[in-house]
Amino acid sequence: MLPGLAYFLLFHYGAFIGNAVAFKEYVPFDGLWASPWVGVENFNRMFGDPDFWHATWNTLAIALLQLIFFFPVPLAIALLLHGLTSDLLRRFVQSVVYLPHFLSWVIVVALFQQVLGSTGLLNSVLGDAGLHAVDIIGNPDAYKPLVVAQVVWKDAGWGTIIFLAALMQVDEQSYEAAAIDGAGPWRRFWHVTLPSIRPVIVLLLIMRLGDVLSVGFEQMLLQRSTVGPGAGEILDTFVFWQGLVGGDTGYAAAAGLFKGVVGAALVFAANKVAHRLGEQGIYK
Amino acid sequence: MTTAAHHARPARHIRPAWAEKPGPVTQAGKAVAIAVLLVLVLMPFLVIVSTSLASNQEVVDNGGWVLWPSHPTTRAYRQILDGGIVTKALGVSVGVTLFGTLLSLACTTFLAYALSRPKVFGAKPALILILFTFLFPPGMIPAFLLVKGMGLLDNYAALIAPVLINVFNLVVLRGFFQGIPEELYEAARLDGAGDWQTLWRIVLPLSKAALAVVGLFYAVSYWNAWFHASIYMNSDHWPLQQVLRTYVIGGAQIADTGASEAGLISAPQTTQMAVLVIATVPILIVYPFLQKYFTKGVLTGAIKS
Repeated sequence: MLPGLAYFLLFHYGAFIGNAVAFKEYVPFDGLWASPWVGVENFNRMFGDPDFWHATWNTLAIALLQLIFFFPVPLAIALLLHGLTSDLLRRFVQSVVYLPHFLSWVIVVALFQQVLGSTGLLNSVLGDAGLHAVDIIGNPDAYKPLVVAQVVWKDAGWGTIIFLAALMQVDEQSYEAAAIDGAGPWRRFWHVTLPSIRPVIVLLLIMRLGDVLSVGFEQMLLQRSTVGPGAGEILDTFVFWQGLVGGDTGYAAAAGLFKGVVGAALVFAANKVAHRLGEQGIYK
Repeated sequence: MTTAAHHARPARHIRPAWAEKPGPVTQAGKAVAIAVLLVLVLMPFLVIVSTSLASNQEVVDNGGWVLWPSHPTTRAYRQILDGGIVTKALGVSVGVTLFGTLLSLACTTFLAYALSRPKVFGAKPALILILFTFLFPPGMIPAFLLVKGMGLLDNYAALIAPVLINVFNLVVLRGFFQGIPEELYEAARLDGAGDWQTLWRIVLPLSKAALAVVGLFYAVSYWNAWFHASIYMNSDHWPLQQVLRTYVIGGAQIADTGASEAGLISAPQTTQMAVLVIATVPILIVYPFLQKYFTKGVLTGAIKS
């Protein structure tokens, strides 16, 4: 038990205390503790910084797009798979759709470049058909749909696991009873399937809400340079760029801390709402 | 175990009596949906593998990619595995993945075991302390300062120590250990087994499925990691993914602008794709063996938390 606890104390709580740097003017030569305190100056500067608000806006926009376009996909795939009568086919499709989850973002981004880049698969096909090439990868306007599409490609299949399990647990007898009462497939879906898996749906929604400010750091960092910070900057890359690249350590830590506090507050809030709605939520 | 029903399912699933056979339109719709899913996932892999096996000339003639190489060659692979930056990075990745996975798995198991037993002194506050870090991670800048302050820059430990235990994996294992019947623990105690012996003789053999999944999750995350390497390590010590990022994602732009004017510049395309394949293959190899445990492992964690 001790090595594990030591790890958490050191790398999580130890680092956590390091957030104090957000209230300091960090001087690398003096180190963290000798650097002078500046109170909330970093935060004041941050709230007046248009770049920070821009990154926040991008983060929220991408999160919202993900919520709308990503969230229903695993549910749809799970329903499709659940409805298959051939076990062999279902297992095969499952194995295939889980697979991209295990690839790194580096690989996924490289794959997307190969398929959608200006010399990629899509454009060669379009070119052969005598159509205009479309530049999806380098186009700032296409960036948000692109990153959402990448998330869907990578993780939608993986997301089906939990829905499939929930569907597995729906009581067969309720279906039977509904069928005897004359409910067709759609009505059975609406009145039996959906209510039975509602707790899982709510749980996952809350977890996504809590994660709203953490829209794929690695994914964005890998592609920020191709579209520029205007479209590609999110809160995490903002912290990275200001702090680790720009050396503005205290300021970046302030932005990171802000993100952490707001993220945690969102989880609390979402969980409260779930309780109000009579759902279990993540914790009680 | 909540997934027992899933595994008890007959190999051939029979349509329940209450469900009518779907109409031809529904069936066709399903078939199309499945076909589209499969193509969307598998197509990019096919293109990557084919391109890596094609000759440079064929790739250039075809505008940067090949669906099916007419004269497959392993030249690109031989070239990059001939010692050089990719070979070296491959060694780093394999080393970090093996060592990191073992260390993480061991530490997670011990901690999960301690937290799973009732009446362990301080287990409850420790658990809350740990779950809190899941809700509120410390942040990138403090983490960087910590690693730097410990003098771990350019040390392979920087790739393992800060990510030693994953809270999700910990919760999965703890849930699994809790699912083991209490009678077995009592029997072990009556036989005079201490905690270590109980863990080694009783708990671990019963938890093979969970250990396999958690081990896989750790291995995949170590194998796929590149960000920490990019901020903590010199380029001599980069793992494969970071090399891939620099050469393929960074290099792709060069190829993109140059390909139309001069075929020469897009020539390394086969090489790039070969690196991509090498970075993917280990995952494809372990994946089929562990796939059957996913549902079980993930669910125990999800439900218990």
